[in-house]
Amino acid sequence: MRAFTVVSSKIAPLDRPNVDTDAIIPKQYLKSIRRTGFGPFLFDDWRYLDAGDLEIDPATRRVNPDFVLNKAEHQGAQILIARDNFGCGSSREHAVWALDDYGFRAVIAPSYADIFFSNCFKNGVLPVVLKPEEVQAIFDGVARNPDAQFTIDLPAQQVKLPCGNAFSFEIDAGRKHNLVEGLDEIGLTLKNADAIRAYEARRAQQAPWLFAS
Amino acid sequence: MSSSNKPRTLYDKIWDDHVVSDLGAGSALIYIDRHLVHEVTSPQAFDGLRLNHRQPWRLAANLAVPDHNVPTVDRAKGIKDPISRAQLDALDANCAEFGITKFDLMDRRQGIVHVIGPEQGATLPGMTVVCGDSHTSTHGAFGALAFGIGTSEVEHALATQTLVLKKARTMLVRVKGHVGPGVTAKDITLAIIGRIGTAGGTGHVIEYAGEAIEDLSMEGRMTLCNMAIEGGARAGLVAVDDKTIAYVKGRPYAPKAEHWDAAVAYWKTLKSDAGAAFDAVVEIDAAGIQPQVTWGTSPEMVLPVGAAVPNPADEADPVKRNGMEKALAYMGLKAGTPIEKIAIDKVFIGSCTNSRIEDMRAAAAVVKGRKKAANVKLAMVVPGSGLVKEQAEAEGLDQIFRDAGFEWREPGCSMCLAMNADRLEPGERCASTSNRNFEGRQGAGGRTHLVSPAMAAAAGIAGHFVDVRSF
Repeated sequence: MRAFTVVSSKIAPLDRPNVDTDAIIPKQYLKSIRRTGFGPFLFDDWRYLDAGDLEIDPATRRVNPDFVLNKAEHQGAQILIARDNFGCGSSREHAVWALDDYGFRAVIAPSYADIFFSNCFKNGVLPVVLKPEEVQAIFDGVARNPDAQFTIDLPAQQVKLPCGNAFSFEIDAGRKHNLVEGLDEIGLTLKNADAIRAYEARRAQQAPWLFAS
Repeated sequence: MSSSNKPRTLYDKIWDDHVVSDLGAGSALIYIDRHLVHEVTSPQAFDGLRLNHRQPWRLAANLAVPDHNVPTVDRAKGIKDPISRAQLDALDANCAEFGITKFDLMDRRQGIVHVIGPEQGATLPGMTVVCGDSHTSTHGAFGALAFGIGTSEVEHALATQTLVLKKARTMLVRVKGHVGPGVTAKDITLAIIGRIGTAGGTGHVIEYAGEAIEDLSMEGRMTLCNMAIEGGARAGLVAVDDKTIAYVKGRPYAPKAEHWDAAVAYWKTLKSDAGAAFDAVVEIDAAGIQPQVTWGTSPEMVLPVGAAVPNPADEADPVKRNGMEKALAYMGLKAGTPIEKIAIDKVFIGSCTNSRIEDMRAAAAVVKGRKKAANVKLAMVVPGSGLVKEQAEAEGLDQIFRDAGFEWREPGCSMCLAMNADRLEPGERCASTSNRNFEGRQGAGGRTHLVSPAMAAAAGIAGHFVDVRSF
């Protein structure tokens, strides 16, 4: 997995609570059996005025000029900010793949849905949790100056503001370590292969019906 | 098993029985007993196995079925859409290559993964059950710790039979007393979400308890737990009782005679101890729950059928007010409109929330001897599995639906998420027994109102929402 340490970028503001994974990447794109190529379809229903699917070239579609990510001043942002409960809904990891493929390395929100939050860490995308008033302050700052540069410093667990101040954030130590080092979680787990086998042997004694077939 | 004498919740007990290694700071490597696989979230996981030269850890723990992207008509003709077909072909090829048991599209046991798991007895009390689908919470109805995972975790579960998990907080939702006639598990679960909000259960596992939950059939408990995720909780749980055990008995994957008594003895321990502490407790009076209808674009935007569409101006919180305004604009609704005055274009009865035999019976009882309203363009009934379909047909339910002008389809996820050809057109309004009313969920521009099967059926007959209790 790609490591995440420090990212400096302007921030794209998506001022909505409960941004669900159907909105992040609609169902017709889930027919793809690949992990890549979802970026052009990120927030598809909001981003385009006409319908799309995997067989329609996004370059031929009508762009919605009112959608925030389509505005010139937010092009190139690597950080997205939104309101509470970001990523609610389905477990589709395609939502994280789409954000990543579009170019977002991190999301900032007051809260996330659990499955989306977990999926981010498997893909080198950092979901930063800040207090609602801190999120509001960033929305206000971006509204004043869309080009303002922010820095997310994962080792220091800080979002550094253009004014020089910083907001600190909490993160699980194990997840931070894996992200900073870019570690493969399956490889790490397989170092516990003996413990898994020992568990199975023990469990098969206690609950043999679970291992009967 | 834990040696502590401290009273434990049901969640604590299942967690303790599945810890392979304690990883510190509240995290553990947790053993996964059952992994259900479908076509949409698995192909990239199988690719990952191949890329890293890994094999599934324990083949027998896996069961695969195509459901999300399958047609519900003319199935014998195959799948026309080449991209959909490629996804189903990938599931076939992956299961064949790695040796995973799969129910084929034409197998009578095929159906929605969260219907067939319990139906086959592949979901058992006390198990850990995962699937690359958020509605895996459904299986918590059996006192199993069941939750949805992303594709990276699908690969992790395949390769290691474990997941790295942080222990969740616990929330007890106690529904006290008994619901009135015409009020179903769907209404209970929607009313709970209306109370706690779509993020109310975030970071928690919900245990549902109280007389109204004990009253529910296993089908009802599956509907209840199915929507735990819509309240933000990755998993929902109901304690094991005699109904649970009776449901499991004799199913193909259930314990055989030589293990049955031991299994039952263990299952009977799967309830929270008296005095076990929960991080949050919510109490709801069952008698106050009315048939529910969602009016917005989040499941928490829900009201009793007798209410009117709310006014954003009455909401003090600016973020919520903004959300309500966006929702009303998307839904094409005016504040103050009585819910019973909202006319519908389509009816969808199905999904992992409400496609089991009891749901089919409840809907059929409402439509029997009546006709679909002229303004309703399509009313479709999609049974949750081939076996549910057979049972319903044996009871004559398919004919009741057809006589009323409802379509009787083949099993699958269908218009719950509209990956196949079943979808709403822009602006169409649907009375749906599914679980999500998000923007575009049932088709771009489509407008979804979540209701129980009986309420959806009644709306299909009346042409607008109506209180099924006086219908």
